[in-house]
Amino acid sequence: MERLALASARVPWRLKIAVVWVGIFAVLAYFFWIAAFDVEWIQDNLGYIAGGLIYTLQIAVGGIMLAVVLALLGALARISSNPVAYGVAGFYVSFFRGTPLIVQMFLIYLALPQVRTNLLDKYPGFPEYLANSLVLDAAIAGTIALGLNYGAYMTEIFRAGIQSVAAGQGEAAEALGMRYLQKMRKVVLPQAMRVIIPPTGNEFIAMMKDTALVSFLGVTAASAEIFRRSQLVGKADFKNLEAYIAVALLYWGLTILFTFFQARLERRMSSGYIRIPVADVGHSHGGGG
Amino acid sequence: MSGDEVIVRVEGLHKRFGRLSVLSGVDLDLHKGEVVVIFGRSGSGKSTLLRCINFLEDPTEGTVEVAGVQLGGGHRTRRKREQIRRIRLHVGMVFQQFNLFPQMTAVENVMCGPMCLKDADQKSVRKRALDLMERVGLGDKADEHPIRLSGGQQQRVAIARALAMQPEVMLFDEPTSALDPELTGEVLAVMKSLATDLHMPMMVVTHEMGFAREVADRMAFFHEGVILEEGPPAQIFGNTQRAETRTFLDAVL
Repeated sequence: MERLALASARVPWRLKIAVVWVGIFAVLAYFFWIAAFDVEWIQDNLGYIAGGLIYTLQIAVGGIMLAVVLALLGALARISSNPVAYGVAGFYVSFFRGTPLIVQMFLIYLALPQVRTNLLDKYPGFPEYLANSLVLDAAIAGTIALGLNYGAYMTEIFRAGIQSVAAGQGEAAEALGMRYLQKMRKVVLPQAMRVIIPPTGNEFIAMMKDTALVSFLGVTAASAEIFRRSQLVGKADFKNLEAYIAVALLYWGLTILFTFFQARLERRMSSGYIRIPVADVGHSHGGGG
Repeated sequence: MSGDEVIVRVEGLHKRFGRLSVLSGVDLDLHKGEVVVIFGRSGSGKSTLLRCINFLEDPTEGTVEVAGVQLGGGHRTRRKREQIRRIRLHVGMVFQQFNLFPQMTAVENVMCGPMCLKDADQKSVRKRALDLMERVGLGDKADEHPIRLSGGQQQRVAIARALAMQPEVMLFDEPTSALDPELTGEVLAVMKSLATDLHMPMMVVTHEMGFAREVADRMAFFHEGVILEEGPPAQIFGNTQRAETRTFLDAVL
C-alpha cells in the first residue's frame, strides 16, 4: 500500500488528471457504442447545426451589449441622488431579477403584439409604423429579453465595481474641475472595469448558453440558432442522442474558447497595477482624446 | 495689482457632520503671493477647511470666495455646480494620499485636467505637462505608471497635475504625512520653489514646522474648529499667545 502511494507521488498531477479524463471518455464511448451512436450522422449534420453558430453568437453579442449599456445606466442611477433615476432603476432590477427569463421572452415576443393591436383600437390616430415596432422578430425579441434580464443582474456588478474605486480618485478628478461625465469616463470607470470585466465575462458565457431559450420562440428554420437546428434535424431523423451531443459539444467549445479570451483580457487590464514591467502591454490608452 | 489682493476669502465658515461640529466659524483670507500654513491637532478641522474651499465638502454655513466667485453651501443646482466648477478650475489641490490615477502614466496624469477643457490641443498640453514634470524634477519618469514611483515622486507628480490647470491658488492637505521621512524633503523643496519662484499663493496643512518657519508668511493654529491664534512664524514660534498653541508646538517641535 505504502509502495503504491510512493509510486503515485512520482506521477505528475496533470498526468493523473489526464488519465481520469481518458477514463471518463472511455466510459462515455462504451455508452455511446451501446446506444448505437451514429458518428456518420453527426458528420453529415454537424455542418447544418454549426451553421447556427452565427445566430447564436449574434444573439449573445447583441444581448451582452444591451446588458452592458443597461447595467451601466442602472448602476449610475443606483448611486445617483436623483429620485426618478433611482426609482426607475430599482423597479427595473427588481422586476427583471424577480421573473424567469423565459417568461420575459414570451412577454416581449407574444405579449407586445397584443399591446399593438389594442393600442391601435383605442387610439386610431396612433402612427401605425410606431405601433408596428412592438411586433418583433423572434431572434430580436430574444436578444432584447436576454439584454434586459442580464442587464438587471449586471447592474449590481457595475454598481459594486464603481463603488470599489477609492473615493479619493473621484475627489481628485473633481478637484481638477472635471464634470461628472468626464470624471466617470476618464477616472472612475476605467478603474471600475478591472472589477467589472471578470464577472461580465462570466455573464457573457452564461448568456451564450441561455440563447438556447430563444428556440422556444420558434425561429424559422433558415435563421435558427444551434439548439433549434439540433432539435429540427434530431427529431426528423430520430437521432436525438447524436443531435444533442453535437450541440452540447458546440456550446462547450464556445465556453472554453471565451474563457480563454477572458483570461487574456484580464491579464492585459492589470497594467498600471503591477510593478514589474510588462513588455507586451504598450501604453495603449492615450492620455485622453 | 497690490500685494494684499485677496485670492481666497473664507467668511463665517461652519461645517457640521450630523451632530459633530468640525468647523465653528472660521474667517481666513489668503492674499496674492502669500503662503499660509495651517496647523493644529488632527480633528481640529484643518483638512475640512481646505475641502470646503473647493467644495469637496459642502459648507453648512458661511461662504467661500475664490477669484471673485462667492458661494455658500446648500443644494447643488445646475447653476451652482457650474460655479463650483469655476472655483475648482482656479484652485489646485494636493492630497495626503496623492490620489494619482493609476491607469494613466505620470504625464497622462498631468495632462488629464487640461485635456478636459474645451478646445484642448493634445500636443501643446503634452508639452506643458512635460515641462511641469521637469519642474518637479521628474522629467525622466514621464511615462511611468504611478505604482512604479516612490511616494515622494508620486506626490510631485500630483503637484504637477494640479499646476497643469494654472491655478491661482494651491491647497496642500498634509502633503507629506503619508511619506517615509526620507522622502518628505523632495516634496517640501518643490513646494518651497512654488512659493519663492512662482509666488504661488498656497494654503498648506502640515506638521512640518521647519517648512512653516522657512516658507510661511502667516500661520494659523486650529483648535476645535476655530482659528485660535494667527500670525507670522516669528510671532507664532517666538511669542506664542495661547497656551494651547504652546502645548501643540512643544509636542511637535
